[in-house]
Amino acid sequence: MARIAGVDLPKNKRGEIGLTYIYGIGRSTAQYILDKAGVDYDKKVNQWSDEDQANIRNIITNEFKVEGQLRSEVQMSIKRLLDIACYRGLRHRKGLPVRGQRTRTNSRTRKGKRKTVAGKKKAPKK
Amino acid sequence: MGRSIKKGPYVDVNLETKVLNINEGKNKKSVIKTWSRRSTITPDFVGHTFAVHNGNKFIPVYVTEFMVGHKLGEFAPTRNFRGHAGSKK
Repeated sequence: MARIAGVDLPKNKRGEIGLTYIYGIGRSTAQYILDKAGVDYDKKVNQWSDEDQANIRNIITNEFKVEGQLRSEVQMSIKRLLDIACYRGLRHRKGLPVRGQRTRTNSRTRKGKRKTVAGKKKAPKK
Repeated sequence: MGRSIKKGPYVDVNLETKVLNINEGKNKKSVIKTWSRRSTITPDFVGHTFAVHNGNKFIPVYVTEFMVGHKLGEFAPTRNFRGHAGSKK
């Protein structure tokens, strides 16, 4: 069982996929790490030798910001935007999309569940 | 390297000269009135107050060092959303 960068351990997955369970590591980073550690992409996580694990762990701690550290970095950059009261910060404050997407429809990810407005007229049929 | 990085930050020339003049002490106006929302804030701008036009009036913007790299227009919102008709608050 592999335990890397804190808490992560999906054991029956291919290494390439298993690594992506770590916050901050996606497919291409995972491939880069495995290349560098000299581990085959297809090797399952529970077949990694102790040496493989040590190599992988080293590469991650030395070259990447993952999990808590990365999360706090993201939070800090959002907080910076909020503090300087720029347009992007204001959008974060209101919980609306930040990058200029439409809000007339969609953008439910940011806005959350639909809130029905009472008394809103339906568009007349024609 | 992205194309926009190669080209460097954009600042309206007249605004830049105004700021530099104040920095050199030639001019001691405290608030700089500007319509140039498209200008990037450079490190020279830190500590000045700009009155940035939002299409209607001038919004005072005090520039801190965290704002470097943003545009002046980002700090003077052009829309004023007061809520939908009929919704209280």
